[in-house]
Amino acid sequence: MTTFRSPYAQTMGFTSERDAEGRLVLLMDYEFNKMGRPGFLHGGAIAGMLEAAGYATLADALGPEDPARIKPVNVTVNYLRGGRDAVTRARATIQRLGRRIANLEVIAWQDDPQQPIAIAQMNLMLARD
Amino acid sequence: MDDTPPKPFDPMDHEFDPIQLIKLMSRNGHNRLIGVRYNSHGDDWAELCLPYNATLVSDAETGILASGPIFTMMDMATSMSIWLSRGYFQPQATLDLRVDYLRPAEPGKDVIGRGECYRITKSIAFVRGQAHDGDPSRPVAHVAGTYMFTAGA
Repeated sequence: MTTFRSPYAQTMGFTSERDAEGRLVLLMDYEFNKMGRPGFLHGGAIAGMLEAAGYATLADALGPEDPARIKPVNVTVNYLRGGRDAVTRARATIQRLGRRIANLEVIAWQDDPQQPIAIAQMNLMLARD
Repeated sequence: MDDTPPKPFDPMDHEFDPIQLIKLMSRNGHNRLIGVRYNSHGDDWAELCLPYNATLVSDAETGILASGPIFTMMDMATSMSIWLSRGYFQPQATLDLRVDYLRPAEPGKDVIGRGECYRITKSIAFVRGQAHDGDPSRPVAHVAGTYMFTAGA
């Protein structure tokens, strides 16, 4: 299990692990400071986690040698189910990795990845000076 | 320190007062973590402030605020705008929210986020909003989304 350098990711308490196929998975504990309406995760905390999984997966795919800086263009989050009192996991799939733009889909789930609580579509820019 | 977790604020327990509601909600849960505050409101809009905070930046070297806290503030501002439009609180869940990140917020500057509810049907509310870091004509983010009313669902 690894933690992140980003101050926001540390504030949120994100950690990561690899699944059986070697894919990066982010984890977030359910805590009072992630809550929105009583008993549920805040949509903003879920979105922040989905975005973090997207950034981390793209950085991972680019590798440490690539000097490109990742900048957000936009994100659309669809909320499918309420996030309850359980560990949330998030995993990103890179749909296309171009020279300037990467398109990703990110899912967050609690019990079963087949039943995500939220799905994000992200467009990220790769800034190369 | 009291080791029982604070009871989540439930607006259903209170009379509708937008300023009180926003203030109470901003002291709870995830809104409190990111430090979002009440700024102003109108008949169908709410404006919040996300004070600059080094613990919420994406990269300590650049000092640029992460996108997550801006998303959270806009989720809260657009949620509030629906209750203001209706004139009462009603439980609702975000169906979807899209955020366009127009440019990075300037390090050190507070971000102001305004959410507006522009259409309500029996079960769905449509919202939009913008965030800026001092000059509303140069927004840092633009949002659009929908919420579903969950009472009786």
